[in-house]
Amino acid sequence: MTESFIDQPWLSFTTFLPIFGALLIVLRRLLSRGDETALVDNAARWVALLTTVVTFIVSLVVYVFYDPSLQGFQLVEEMDWLGSGISYKMGVDGASILFVLLTTFIMPICILASWNSVTKRVADYMIAFLVLETLMIGVFCALDLVLFYVFFEASLIPMFLIIGIWGSEGERTFMGAIVKNRIYATFKFFLYTLLGSLLMLIALVWMYMEAGTTDVVALQTYDFPVGAQNWLWLAFFASFAVKMPMWPVHTWLPDAHVQAPTAGSVVLAAILLKMGGYGFVRFSLPMFPLASDFFAPFVFTLSAIAIVYTSLVAFAQEDMKKLIAYSSVAHMGFVTMGLFTATEQGIEGALFQMLSHGFISGALFLCVGVVYDRLHTRQIAAYGGLVKHMKWYSFFFLFFTMGNVGLPGVSGFVGEMLTLVGAYKVSTWTAAVATLGLIFSAAYGLRLYREVVFGTVHNEQVLTMPDLGKREWGMLAVLAIMALWLGVNPSPTLEVFSPAVDSVLGRYDAALAAAGR
Amino acid sequence: MEPLVVLLPLFGALLAMPVGRMLSARAAELTTIACMLFACLLSWILFFDVAIGHNARTVQVFTWISSGNFIADWAVKLDTMSAIMLVVITSVSSLVHIYSVGYMHDDASRPRFFAYLSLFTFAMLTLVTADNFIQLFFGWEGVGLASYLLIGFYHHKKSANDAAIKAFVVNRVGDFGFALGIMAIFFVFGSVGFEEVFQAVRTDAVVTPFNAVDGAPISELTVGFLGLELHALTLIGILLFIGAMGKSAQFLLHTWLPDAMEGPTPVSALIHAATMVTAGVFLVCRCSIIYENAPDAATLVTFIGATTAFFAATVGLLQDDIKKVIAYSTCSQLGYMFFAAGVGAYGAAMFHLFTHAFFKALLFLGAGSVIHAVHHEQDMKKMGGVRHILPFTYAMMIVGTIAITGVGFPFLYDIFHIPVGTAGFASKDAIIEAAYAAGTEGRAGAYFAFAMGLIAAVFTSFYSWRLIFLTFHGKSRAPDHVMKHPHFPPNWMLLPLVVLAFGALFAGMFGYKSFVGDNAAEFWGNSIYIAGDAHAGGESHAVEAYAAGVTPPVEGDRAETPAIASAEDPAGAAHDEAEEHTDSYGEAGEGHYFPLWVLYAPLLAMIIGFGSAYTHYMRGNNPLRPGLLREGGILYGFLKNKWYFDEVYRFLFLNPSRRLGRILWKVGDGRIIDGLGPDGLSGLAGIGSRLIVRLQSGYIYHYAFAMLVGIGVILLIVRLGGAQ
Repeated sequence: MTESFIDQPWLSFTTFLPIFGALLIVLRRLLSRGDETALVDNAARWVALLTTVVTFIVSLVVYVFYDPSLQGFQLVEEMDWLGSGISYKMGVDGASILFVLLTTFIMPICILASWNSVTKRVADYMIAFLVLETLMIGVFCALDLVLFYVFFEASLIPMFLIIGIWGSEGERTFMGAIVKNRIYATFKFFLYTLLGSLLMLIALVWMYMEAGTTDVVALQTYDFPVGAQNWLWLAFFASFAVKMPMWPVHTWLPDAHVQAPTAGSVVLAAILLKMGGYGFVRFSLPMFPLASDFFAPFVFTLSAIAIVYTSLVAFAQEDMKKLIAYSSVAHMGFVTMGLFTATEQGIEGALFQMLSHGFISGALFLCVGVVYDRLHTRQIAAYGGLVKHMKWYSFFFLFFTMGNVGLPGVSGFVGEMLTLVGAYKVSTWTAAVATLGLIFSAAYGLRLYREVVFGTVHNEQVLTMPDLGKREWGMLAVLAIMALWLGVNPSPTLEVFSPAVDSVLGRYDAALAAAGR
Repeated sequence: MEPLVVLLPLFGALLAMPVGRMLSARAAELTTIACMLFACLLSWILFFDVAIGHNARTVQVFTWISSGNFIADWAVKLDTMSAIMLVVITSVSSLVHIYSVGYMHDDASRPRFFAYLSLFTFAMLTLVTADNFIQLFFGWEGVGLASYLLIGFYHHKKSANDAAIKAFVVNRVGDFGFALGIMAIFFVFGSVGFEEVFQAVRTDAVVTPFNAVDGAPISELTVGFLGLELHALTLIGILLFIGAMGKSAQFLLHTWLPDAMEGPTPVSALIHAATMVTAGVFLVCRCSIIYENAPDAATLVTFIGATTAFFAATVGLLQDDIKKVIAYSTCSQLGYMFFAAGVGAYGAAMFHLFTHAFFKALLFLGAGSVIHAVHHEQDMKKMGGVRHILPFTYAMMIVGTIAITGVGFPFLYDIFHIPVGTAGFASKDAIIEAAYAAGTEGRAGAYFAFAMGLIAAVFTSFYSWRLIFLTFHGKSRAPDHVMKHPHFPPNWMLLPLVVLAFGALFAGMFGYKSFVGDNAAEFWGNSIYIAGDAHAGGESHAVEAYAAGVTPPVEGDRAETPAIASAEDPAGAAHDEAEEHTDSYGEAGEGHYFPLWVLYAPLLAMIIGFGSAYTHYMRGNNPLRPGLLREGGILYGFLKNKWYFDEVYRFLFLNPSRRLGRILWKVGDGRIIDGLGPDGLSGLAGIGSRLIVRLQSGYIYHYAFAMLVGIGVILLIVRLGGAQ
């Protein structure tokens, strides 16, 4: 393979490939007559599937070119964009490359998950997902703050649409008007993220004024004044904390999950939530190390509360998706806790937890989708005794439940253990409270499983539900293999994280030492 | 070969379901049994190589987790401890597999059952062969999963599901401590490997915890924990013990074990008697060097162990479910093992673990045969006279009972130099005497443990014989059709009982010298802390014995570690005494004999228990008549209701957390966070309803467009800003 082959703009190619797929679907629709909707829909499905698969393959090629032993960014592309220090700059390092792969890996599964269950405006739906994929990959590749901001904020739009158009039915009274639940969820999601975005935008402008550039690499070594760091940190925090989501700005997530179609939930849990954690690693820790140190106890407190509080709330849920959504918030608590320990185990564990949660919670939402497609309800009470006729389903659901509970051997354990080990080094209180999560996660996880899968059949419709089809089996099997592989042999993955974590920590410790802390 | 012994049961587990589906359930059974028998054979080979041939070694398979200096391998650590566990686990597991073929013959999901059994065995083997705390935790949780699956095997039953969840969650409460213990270990030692940690303790190395300015010798090191400044080893010891309490169903965390009897009986024999529940004892013995240097932690172990031995025995007195009697008995016997470890007699703890595996598995499988025969009835009140239909099982149960109650002949000791009697006699007496000896040396809690151990021995004898009398003797209280058409077990199903009975009778005499007698130091090598062997001065007969002939390889190590000799002095001397009575020929001149009553007390306790059970249940024509305790009395209710633990826990923990969960959801999330947040905000501005109605009526594209425009404006601002 020649050097010039490697020097091609592979990251941009990966990022924008899905857009081409979306354009193909648009083209197909433009060329069709009005009575060909079914044809167009089918074409849209296939184009979307092929595009996401090809994107995944291309991202694997990127990974082949990537050398995990090196520190710093690789496959960097840079060209002038808006001028004056704002450029189009892409690149990946140990903290981002695997999230690019996670995104491209999850997307074909999302398309497959929507294959039969989405029947309304299929072409639009596929376009939304393809655009979303481009924007999400962009988030993880962008090495310019403005570019990042564009991807980061724009990725919300397709998500709004996916929830708002293809979300579930059902209505509620809100502010005196009867509105659809899914619109309420979108609205809530929007309000939360809006506030965070605005503050981050202001911080961004200020940083640009101060440093004269929005190049992430340059900003990571720029020493912002101590006083300003705290404000900048808070502004970024507002945006990332909502995305994670951290307690107490988490209430949009259960609503969004419940209303989103299955694939929307998968992509939300598997990837969109990870953008907040990624933001902390990429920006907050290296750019505002002093503020990160200062606010660490604050983050620990929120994380510990999140783990205990949302676990307890999860236990009380009657809706399957809500339960898993709350459990996501608890698991993200381990991530934020681990990140701000600023220890090797803490940060690597947090990154690992994000990756692992992508597979496990994505799969859990698929599991909900499987039974929702059959019975059209998410109420836990409507099920029970599924194990009688859905053996494979019961097996996979158990596997992912155990993964969620943090059973060693499945990927969830590695992240939890490492973040806890990191937390213990910094604050035994945080570690002890977070470890309570071990107990609670078992309680709500096993309760859900027992009420859905075990017990006697009390709803006769359950007896008519067929076991997993080939498509469903394939999706869950692939995710299970990933979760198992990461759980049994996590070291290669941790080694990919390691150089990036080392450089963040090097920067962090040096800044603290310079400030005499 | 070493990894193979661990992996074979896993192969069996993975193959069982596909084989069962493609060929037949019988093929699945044979596959798992073949894998187990092969693993069992390998275990015995390894046992002779490792424990008898002193060829301890660790085989690294590959690195599991590696993050900075946090490194945990997949490994197979073979030393005397793990070799003993290997043979116990694979032998009992093989027997239980074979027995289950008969016991489960009419169950449609047999392949699943055998897959779970083999999966359990795999996890248990990874636990005992771990060379670091993380792999041990893997096995620890793995057996928890298998236990969960097997307790809930009859998953249509509500009670089985409840019991399975309870077992998992209560174990997780223990794991809360265990996990924190692992964190504390990593914090203090910067490693989670057994060798690194134990070597540091052994040599009293200077360690520097994370972020500490100065290091300190580990025996003096204190670390902060939840605002307290605690002795590091004591903290670690206590945290790890909380984990052990959960897994081994010790007082306060015992509530899951009786409920776990919902699982099929072979499961109770394998998991909830012989192997999994002993994992906590294994953990404490594995970390014996830590407990020997953390006296307060050891005292806690003694105290909890002794309390459990007593408590569980009292509850066992009044249970009517045949399996629950044996379950509480298991709980109580585990208490013996723990207080043995607590007073420093780790060899005796492991000895009892070893013998207990035989007689308790025997009792469970025997009970299984009874339950099977009387059409799955478990209430002893509805049995009686079963010996007429199951004479062989009756004989086996008698063997199990004389083993657990400790029938033996202490006066023959001076002739044969080993305790002559059943397995339980040898190991339980060794424990009770060790506790007494430790007491004379002033070890905290030892006399308490001694007293509790003796009282519990009376109760053990009572409830064990009560079980025999109620089940096998007297007139039948079962419905006629049951007694006329019992389900007879096939003959080969009795084979496992014979093997176990053999162990229950002779394992004590066979193992005595190695586990706690003359050869203990040589036998155990480096794998557990043995009080005697550091007394290089010659006070200890054990060491003298070596001086004459073989010198175990560990001696060199020990000589280099003066710190240990001093650290353990009190305990060490105490332990010597425990051993000396057993070994009077060695040092008759200066031997510290026990008072005679200590030697005979356990035997007396056994006789009292037997006598009172006999008078009550065998004399008179109604064995169910009220006894000493008036039915409906306070004490009766207290014992019958298992000291009200379930009720108290439900009131203190379960119900409040349920209620709290609902409150946090409805009030916390609903009214406060949302009320002040998005709902309140939009209400305040009065735009919410208008906006949302517009959004709903199809304007979402406009909204998206507005977002895009917004971003464009932002870019423009930035650009202008930069141009200045």
